[in-house]
Amino acid sequence: MTIPVIYNLRSLRQRPVATLTTAFGMALVVGVFVAMMALSNGFRSALVGTGSEDNVILLRKGALAEMNSGISRQDANIVAGMPFVATDEGGRPLVSAETFVVVPLYRSEGRGLANVVARGVGLTAFEVRKDVEIVEGRVFRPGSREVVVGRTFTRRFPNSGIGERLRFAGQDWTVVGHFEAGGSSFESEIWGENEQFMPVFRGEVFQVVTFRMADPGSFDGVKASLEGDARLYVDAFRERDFYEDQGSMLSQLLDFVAVFIAGIMAIGAVFGAINTMYAAVSSRAPEIGVLRCLGFSPRSVLGSFLLEAVLIALLGGVVGCLFVLPVNGLVTSTTNWNSFSEVAFAFRVTPRLLVNGLIFSVVMGLVGGYFPARRAARQTVVSALRGD
Amino acid sequence: MSYARLVLANLGRNKRRTVLTVLSVAVAFFLFATLRSVVTALDAVAEVGSESRLVVTHASGITFLLPQSHAPRLAAVDGVDGVTWANWFGGVYIDTRNFFAQFAIDAESYLPMYPEILVPEDQLQAFMAERTAALVGSGLMERFGWQLGQTITLQGTYLPGDWEFTIRAVYTPDDPSFGDEMFHFHYDYLYERSNRQMSPGWFVLQLDDPDAAARLSQEVDALFENSTAPTKTETERAFQTSFVTMWGNVGALVQAIGTAVFFAILFVAANTMMMAARERIGEVAVMKTLGFQDRALFGIVLAEAVGICLVGGAVGLALARATLGSARLIQSILPGFTIGIDTVTTGIGLAALLGVLTGLIPALQASRLSVVEALRRVA
Repeated sequence: MTIPVIYNLRSLRQRPVATLTTAFGMALVVGVFVAMMALSNGFRSALVGTGSEDNVILLRKGALAEMNSGISRQDANIVAGMPFVATDEGGRPLVSAETFVVVPLYRSEGRGLANVVARGVGLTAFEVRKDVEIVEGRVFRPGSREVVVGRTFTRRFPNSGIGERLRFAGQDWTVVGHFEAGGSSFESEIWGENEQFMPVFRGEVFQVVTFRMADPGSFDGVKASLEGDARLYVDAFRERDFYEDQGSMLSQLLDFVAVFIAGIMAIGAVFGAINTMYAAVSSRAPEIGVLRCLGFSPRSVLGSFLLEAVLIALLGGVVGCLFVLPVNGLVTSTTNWNSFSEVAFAFRVTPRLLVNGLIFSVVMGLVGGYFPARRAARQTVVSALRGD
Repeated sequence: MSYARLVLANLGRNKRRTVLTVLSVAVAFFLFATLRSVVTALDAVAEVGSESRLVVTHASGITFLLPQSHAPRLAAVDGVDGVTWANWFGGVYIDTRNFFAQFAIDAESYLPMYPEILVPEDQLQAFMAERTAALVGSGLMERFGWQLGQTITLQGTYLPGDWEFTIRAVYTPDDPSFGDEMFHFHYDYLYERSNRQMSPGWFVLQLDDPDAAARLSQEVDALFENSTAPTKTETERAFQTSFVTMWGNVGALVQAIGTAVFFAILFVAANTMMMAARERIGEVAVMKTLGFQDRALFGIVLAEAVGICLVGGAVGLALARATLGSARLIQSILPGFTIGIDTVTTGIGLAALLGVLTGLIPALQASRLSVVEALRRVA
């Protein structure tokens, strides 16, 4: 037979201060844990979202990052003519040969310089990358010094409104459009025409070639035939995997820091919970004796006190999750060290993270409640009634 | 009559609780020491850059190269004592995870400008004499278990192929925040193997008067304003700071976490103190009846709280210093990470403050307790 839950709820109400302070301690632990996981979650999804499953990105063999790569115009043309490249209705291959450079720009409100990716793309880039969409203004006109910029970019840098002029590489560039890319790191970039960026930056060479596969399931074959082609000297990656990998070092570091800090804090909070529960057990010794006299087994007593600890922890977990909800969507930035460029991304609090936070709090409650509950269960009826 | 013994006796009456509370405070201060050291290490990285050296980069960004022909023109600027150049080499050692900074340097002009890099004389000569020699930081040697004289292979990224280097010299930095995980090799080797395509990534200028830094920066930039490669010149310190700010709001984030931790533990500890006080209402009433002054009781309860927090703080700080003070893993991400004396003293101060805050309410309760009220409740 189990002891009714209402007994625990009433007991908790009996000592509101101890319950609330213990729960609050746990709330802060859960809050910090969820917030930090949301940070690394946001960073990862900004990078994962950057690539598509259906696209292939080519870099010069061994280059590892876009910045280090170089692919000649001739090689880009060879790739465009290959049979596994998807085509649009007009039969044009869905290929974007791109230049990639990093330019320093002043942030808004005098917060210093930041490195920004300036990507020179082909006009087909907006078809190759399905998620990229112009939401305001229009695409740059070929042959002109016009650029489009990502949504997050416009919030962080001055002179990024439509019709305004950005100055980099010693030239003025008119902003003619804003684009969205599903919150991915593309939204931190400036896009212009590759033929315009080539001469002012690194000369007659592209950095990467991205194309859509006619059959997305055939990646392994595509990779083998590109890397085995004697005319080319390239590494081929699935676009999504490539961008995810670009940030893997940092997101692993963030995950590690989150677990490290929350883990250590959890130890402290568990100590607090143990204290609270021991106090609860010792001040209610006569009650426990009465429960045993009524016929409840030691096992029920153990279960009941464990449940009480879990209730406190769960209360803390819920409060902690509520604390964290407002950080969802908060935009922050860091540097993608593979390109030395700034990536803006938003904290992402997902339902799954919240559930993880609650599970975390329950575990803290179980660990913190176990020893006191065991002691409660092991007391002999006589000593419990005497109140020892 | 010694109150200290009374305080000790009180702490001993529920040993388990005292130990648990001390440990939870210790945990908080372990985290405090770690987080604060991260912040100070970040600040130190920014400060390691010299104010008497200027860094000249391409105005279009650090990824653009500067022509070698800038060097003699820079040297001719009045107030410039020395010019050297270097380039970044993003090679991969076996796996991309083994990341470390690699610089191609013009050693003859570079090393005299960097007194921070301490190299034994014989090793220096061996390094200078060999085209493919490398000068490696002691921390990096330790990290990969390299030996002097060993040949290692880096895989080039922007310059493809396998690059072999022989470790001929090991340096130790004069200040840990300078970093001991850098890998230097000869710029000439890079230049020749790139079919003479490579040119300097940046120039470093030695100034004879640090106060002239601002004026000279402008002068240098004006000199190249209309050349094919316009420049951006700043002090080395400003250059380094810009890298630190690239981490984003890490400092603010760390501080927010630290505050949350502090409050969480404040609640845990305060809760315990209050529980202890509640259990002792009867005793306090008896002591008052025996003639203990309100002030004395206030002091006894407060001393108990401060004692717990100080011991907990000391344990946590000592533990952090013992385990993380020289952790290689952290130092390769953050050179100069160390749990310094100032962190320890600040921590002890905070522990005392925490003790006063948590003990204040129970202490007030004890001193204001009405004897009749309390004894009636107990009976």
